[in-house]
Amino acid sequence: MARVTASVYTSHVPAIGAAIDAGKTGEPYWQKVFAGYDFSKQWLKDEKPDVIFLVFNDHATAFSLDLIPTFAIGTAAEYTPADEGWGPRPVPKVIGHPKLAAHIAQSVIQDDFDLTIVNKMDVDHGLTVPLSLMCGQPQAWPCPVIPFAVNVVQYPAPSGRRCYMLGQAIGRAIASYEEPLKVQIWGTGGMSHQLQGPRAGLINKEWDNAFLDRLIADPEGLSKMPHIDYVREAGSEGIELVMWLIARGAMSDVAGGAKPTVKHRFYHVPASNTAVGHLILENN
Amino acid sequence: MSLDKPYKDVPGTTIFDAEMSRLGYHLNQFCMSLMKADNRARFKANERAYLDEWPMTEEQKQAVLDRDLNRCISLGGNIYFLAKIGATDGKSFQQMAGSMTGMSEEEYRNMMIGGGRSIEGNRSLGEKK
Ligand SMILES: [Fe+2]
Repeated sequence: MARVTASVYTSHVPAIGAAIDAGKTGEPYWQKVFAGYDFSKQWLKDEKPDVIFLVFNDHATAFSLDLIPTFAIGTAAEYTPADEGWGPRPVPKVIGHPKLAAHIAQSVIQDDFDLTIVNKMDVDHGLTVPLSLMCGQPQAWPCPVIPFAVNVVQYPAPSGRRCYMLGQAIGRAIASYEEPLKVQIWGTGGMSHQLQGPRAGLINKEWDNAFLDRLIADPEGLSKMPHIDYVREAGSEGIELVMWLIARGAMSDVAGGAKPTVKHRFYHVPASNTAVGHLILENN
Repeated sequence: MSLDKPYKDVPGTTIFDAEMSRLGYHLNQFCMSLMKADNRARFKANERAYLDEWPMTEEQKQAVLDRDLNRCISLGGNIYFLAKIGATDGKSFQQMAGSMTGMSEEEYRNMMIGGGRSIEGNRSLGEKK
């Protein structure tokens, strides 16, 4: 049977992608960001998954205001990196895993989560920046990826509670898949940042680090945090962090298994407007 | 019963909820059109004429022409959509975000390098600094 081997959490700031693509990773400003991922790149090589289930949000790229799905699962064979207005990122196309994705969709919908199924979608920096951070600049991404898009653009995003429970349903869906695949689930976005209005540039280090602590040790309690706390304390775009609870909900301890091992933790301010947080948890 | 909107008292912040989205639908869809290179070219060639193709309010059109992002947001614009205007102008996200704060580009960049805008005094309209 398939199993979730680990979860990875990371910010997905567009400027990080721009820095990689422009060959600026060695500049002092960026070095401090990328140093936090040196361990992670080696770890991903050593623990190479068969599939990555990648939770991200679309930033008015594939979805305009014409269609705003709260949860959308990609079941396509491949996805093209999007032109977000600056031209498409020069990164490999993303190969999907239609068979596992379709299995998860069917299982999760029967488990009371009303997913939107997407067979055609360009993927923006929300998905490609985490891949770049974890893999560098390969000719092809190391394995197939199932994109899972969450609406955090139009308020309200799904609640942390809903995301956490969805993660549990995704975990069950993966565990019921017959092939013995090693699956990683990644939660992306955040941490504290605000991109709009006179309060733009907001960063809250204490809150972010408490979020990381609780994500590790008390995801159940953390999942009950209301939206307003994210907005007030972590900025209007900090609400992206609810997506981390989807990945956390899919870990074994939530279903009664052993606690995960914290393989890596990193936090740095700033990357452009944003606090960068990163965590790797391995199932035991 | 009316909807609870506790985010209304967060200073310097407009939450893009269903109400704002309804106001800003055409403004945001105009922004979305700038993801195509030939639309960007047509917009740059004659901004006013391009805007007039959209059923936006005059206020919204003027806010776009003025590149007044705070005004755009107050009229229903969302930053991820408005970013397409910035991309068309060759601006980074940091330049766009900074332009809404009343700070110069350099002041804003230095604030971010220094750890960002402090949360203290910025949680709610009533909070004392
Ligand atoms: Fe994002």
